[in-house]
Amino acid sequence: MSEFDRRQFLQLTGVGAAVFMSGLGGGARAAASVSGSSYEDFYFVQLSDCHWGFEGAPNPDAKGTLPKAVACVNALSEVPDFVIFTGDLTHTTDDPTERRKRMSEFRDIVAALRVKPVRFIPGEHDASLDGGAAFKEFFGATNYAFDHKGVHFIALDNVSDPGARLGDEQLAWLADDLKKQTKDARIVVFAHRPLFDLYPQWDWATRDGAKAVDLLMPHADVTVFYGHIHQEHHHMTGHIAHHSAKSLIFPLPAPGSQPKRAPLPWDPAQPYRGLGLREIEAESNGAEYAITELPVQKT
Amino acid sequence: MSTECSPFDHQRRVLLNMLGALALGPSTAIVSAQSTERVIDIVATKFEFVPDEVHVSLGETVILQFTAPDVPMGFNLADFGLRIDVVPGSVTTLRLRPEKAGSFTFFCDVFCGIGHEEMSGTLVVS
Repeated sequence: MSEFDRRQFLQLTGVGAAVFMSGLGGGARAAASVSGSSYEDFYFVQLSDCHWGFEGAPNPDAKGTLPKAVACVNALSEVPDFVIFTGDLTHTTDDPTERRKRMSEFRDIVAALRVKPVRFIPGEHDASLDGGAAFKEFFGATNYAFDHKGVHFIALDNVSDPGARLGDEQLAWLADDLKKQTKDARIVVFAHRPLFDLYPQWDWATRDGAKAVDLLMPHADVTVFYGHIHQEHHHMTGHIAHHSAKSLIFPLPAPGSQPKRAPLPWDPAQPYRGLGLREIEAESNGAEYAITELPVQKT
Repeated sequence: MSTECSPFDHQRRVLLNMLGALALGPSTAIVSAQSTERVIDIVATKFEFVPDEVHVSLGETVILQFTAPDVPMGFNLADFGLRIDVVPGSVTTLRLRPEKAGSFTFFCDVFCGIGHEEMSGTLVVS
C-alpha cells in the first residue's frame, strides 16, 4: 500500500486524523528540489510521556495504557521504519532502585513492539535527578544523531541538567554535527522539552534552547518533534516547525488556560481522551511531514 | 502572606550587600539594601515555597531572601523575567521592584523530585 493510500485508509477507517504540516517555505522547497538529493518515503511513530510508575486519579488505567499503545503500533497496517519515545518514559522517584525497576519494566513492555529499531530520549522524570545515569544504563546515550533514508535525525537532551539546559558541551556537539550537513539537508530534531519559550510561566521552555534554534536556523529544512507538554501543539520559529506530541498517561491543559498546570481529569465517559501517539510521514518531495494522530484505542 | 524581617542593623546590610554581589548574576541588580527596603525570607523546601504567597506594594523595592534546606532549587518569576538558583548552604537574594500590579505565579525551575511540578507560589502586587 502506498503512503498516500495508507493515509486515506487511516482516514476512512477513522483510526486517526491526518494533518499536513509544512515545515518549509517555498524557498526551502526549491532548495530541496535543486539539490539533487534523493529521498525515500517512509514513516515513523512518535510516542511520548508514558510516565511508567505513575499512579493516580488522572489515569485509572496507568498500567494498561502503555501496553495498549504498544498494541496500537503493532496493529498498524504498514510497519513503520522506527519508533521514537520522546522522554518521560518513567515517572520520577527519589529512589534510584525504584527508578531502575520502572525503567526495566518499561523496557520489557516496549520490547513487545514488532518495530525495530526503537529509539529513546529521556525526559526530566527519567534523568534530572541523576544526570541521566539510570537512563544510560537501560537505553544508551541521551543525545545522538543518525541518518535514515535521506533525513538527518538529531536527538537532543535538554533534561539531564535539572535546570533544563542543553549545556555548552552539547551545543558544541550540535554545532559540529550540523557543520557536516548541507544547508538544504533534511533535518529532524527530537527533544523532550520545547526548544522555544512556549510558556515559561509553566516552565515549558529550555533555558538555552534559543542557542540550539540559532544553530539550526541556517538550515532550510528543519522540523522539531518533542513532548513534555502532554498535548498536541504546533509552533514556528522562523522557518523551523515545532510539533509536540500527546502523552500516554494524562493530558495537561492548554498553555495558560488555567492557573496551574495540573493534569486534566480522567473522563469515564471518554476514557483515554487527550492521550495518543502519532505517525509521521516523511514525504519524498521534501515539502511536508504528514502527522497522523492516533488514539490509544479505538472507540 | 508576606514575611516582614526585623529592622536592619548595619551588619545585616553589609551581609546582604556581600551576598548580593556573590550570588546574583550580571543581569540582576546587585543588592544595595536601604533601610526602607523590606526583606522577605522564602524557604524553598521539598516541595513548596514557604511562604507560597508574597504580597508587595506596587513600586516597592523588596529583597527576596532564599534558603534551600534540602536540595538545589530554582526560583523563577517568568512574568518579570527573573530567575535565580537557590543552593543549600547559601543564602540567595534577589531585589525586586514590581512596576505592574496583579497576581503572578513563581515556581521552582530546577527539577527537584516527585513534587517538583506542584512547587509554585504567587506574588501579589497591589
